[in-house]
Amino acid sequence: MTLARHVGAALAVAVVLAILTIRLGPFRDYQIAEAAAYVTAVAGLTYLIGLSGQISIGHGAFMAVGAYAAALLLLHLDWPLEAVFAASAVIAAAAGGIIGAAAARLRGPYLAGATLMLAVALPSLADKYAGVFGGDQGLSVAVTTPAWLGTTFPPTRWLAWITCAAALITLVLLANLGRSRIGRSWRALRDDEIAAALSGLNVARMRMLAFVVSSACAGLGGALLAVVTDIVSPGAFNLALSISLLTAAILGGLGSLAGAVWGSLVLVFVPTYVTDVANSHGLSSGASSNVPIAAYGVVLIVVMLVFPSGIQGGLRRLLGPVAPAARPPFNALRRHAPASEKQEEGTR
Amino acid sequence: MQEFVEFTLGGVAFGMIYAAIGLSLVLIWRGTRILNYSQGAMAMFTTYVALIVINHTGNYWEGFAVALASGLVLGAALEWVVVRRIEDKPPLNAVIVTIGLLIFLEGLAGIIYGGQYRSFPPAFSIVGLTLGSTALGISRNDEFTAGAVLAAALGLAALFRYTSVGLRLRATAFNADVARLLGVRIGRVLTLGWALAGLIGALAGVLVTPSTFLYPNSMDSIFVLGFTAAVIGGLESPVGAVVGGIVLGVVLNLAGGYLGSDLVPIFGLAVLALVLMVRPSGLFSTTAVRQV
Repeated sequence: MTLARHVGAALAVAVVLAILTIRLGPFRDYQIAEAAAYVTAVAGLTYLIGLSGQISIGHGAFMAVGAYAAALLLLHLDWPLEAVFAASAVIAAAAGGIIGAAAARLRGPYLAGATLMLAVALPSLADKYAGVFGGDQGLSVAVTTPAWLGTTFPPTRWLAWITCAAALITLVLLANLGRSRIGRSWRALRDDEIAAALSGLNVARMRMLAFVVSSACAGLGGALLAVVTDIVSPGAFNLALSISLLTAAILGGLGSLAGAVWGSLVLVFVPTYVTDVANSHGLSSGASSNVPIAAYGVVLIVVMLVFPSGIQGGLRRLLGPVAPAARPPFNALRRHAPASEKQEEGTR
Repeated sequence: MQEFVEFTLGGVAFGMIYAAIGLSLVLIWRGTRILNYSQGAMAMFTTYVALIVINHTGNYWEGFAVALASGLVLGAALEWVVVRRIEDKPPLNAVIVTIGLLIFLEGLAGIIYGGQYRSFPPAFSIVGLTLGSTALGISRNDEFTAGAVLAAALGLAALFRYTSVGLRLRATAFNADVARLLGVRIGRVLTLGWALAGLIGALAGVLVTPSTFLYPNSMDSIFVLGFTAAVIGGLESPVGAVVGGIVLGVVLNLAGGYLGSDLVPIFGLAVLALVLMVRPSGLFSTTAVRQV
């Protein structure tokens, strides 16, 4: 029943997106494709933080793994696109499994620090092994529009279609996972790890599984982004990308897939919108390239102050019938006074 | 052997910078349980202020003093205007707000000062010192860097240990509710904590920028390594931040010197992973009670 509802919703969105991409021009199609790639990655991250209660500031690293895997597979083996996407998700999931196993003992800011360093460290491998990964220039990723669409079919529309399809499939799978036994287990260990362990959950394994699932999504998102931007280079998977993913997940509303969509849309469309406004007000190019950055910072701060539970939480409060009581704070980075023992576990 | 001495001493000099950033993070973490991701951006901003003063007056020390003062003011202002409003919200919101501040400050610096790389003068000569005929791998300026950070750390320790303001800071960090009941004005204490952190961060910015150039993102990598230093030390401990900074600085400099600069971030990750595998809450963390 749940599955049917999720699939139905996804099909409805797919129809709307198909009409949109046909009506809109190439630039908007490109932006939609970009947003779909982000949605895929952010959806996994929002589950990791919001459901399993583990923070990751380094999810860009898993996107990089997926993107490089996709580029290498396309370049050397020339696999079909679906196989490439599946393989990059699997490879990134394996990387996530390793990191998740290492991170299972880490809590709050220590996990944040370790994943942050991961995001900084991993791209430097591309420079070290320039022979395989193409160094600073990166690898180019070429995708051709299939012949059955005809020669005049705009390539950006094709990109938007495949990325949106991949994103929707990911969202449906995640929505079902969140409703399943696994999703409930994650919530249980997020809210009270000790109680979850006492109820028979294998906490370490569930935490690791959350990393595997979310890095698979990030890997797929990375592969999609690689296909959309035609190129995979270490510069594209820098710290800023990791931070953008985190901000999108929290801005949208943690643990909510709809929130992941809102957050990704903000990520893609707010900067272009502000640039347009800045340019139309005749700002110099040096200044106007920085105005969107500053504006994004302000948006983050304001949304967090006005809608503490993110955009989706705010929408729910504005549109919903009667707002349910605010959820207790997440375990991931619980703030507390050190002496009050009840809360001590948050940072351990 | 001589190379080893050079790399190690140079590493200590750089490690002191990471230690300074780590110290400022520990200060804020202990007081407010917030990790201030904008610490690096704040230091970048105050360094721009210093550069303007130096270009204007031609006097390095005026710029130095203004940078520290503006760090103090910036820290206090951010706490007072923004951070105070997220105290009662879920902790991840604080993460995002400080990241928002980071992005905002970097954007603002780009708007005001432009994106080009600017050089920043060192306080003292950067010519390498020698002992007899052996090069030491450090300069007068590195000595000044290490000395300044040490002095700041000791000054902080003395402030915490011997003054009534320090007692209030410690009481708030230990248990804010009880401290409030005992008559400590928590709000002011937290503002002071952020101000002090801003000052230490500004010091780190002025000290490191001669070797990195100044641009809106110039402190990002320094911040990551300072954060790593604080995590290695165990976020609770100022001593841990200094030790973590020095360990990280030495390891990274040795790795960079012997194996090439490509692998430096990987070694940073390796050191961090190694420490956290053995002690998941850092080297100097006290064993916390876990109440069921």
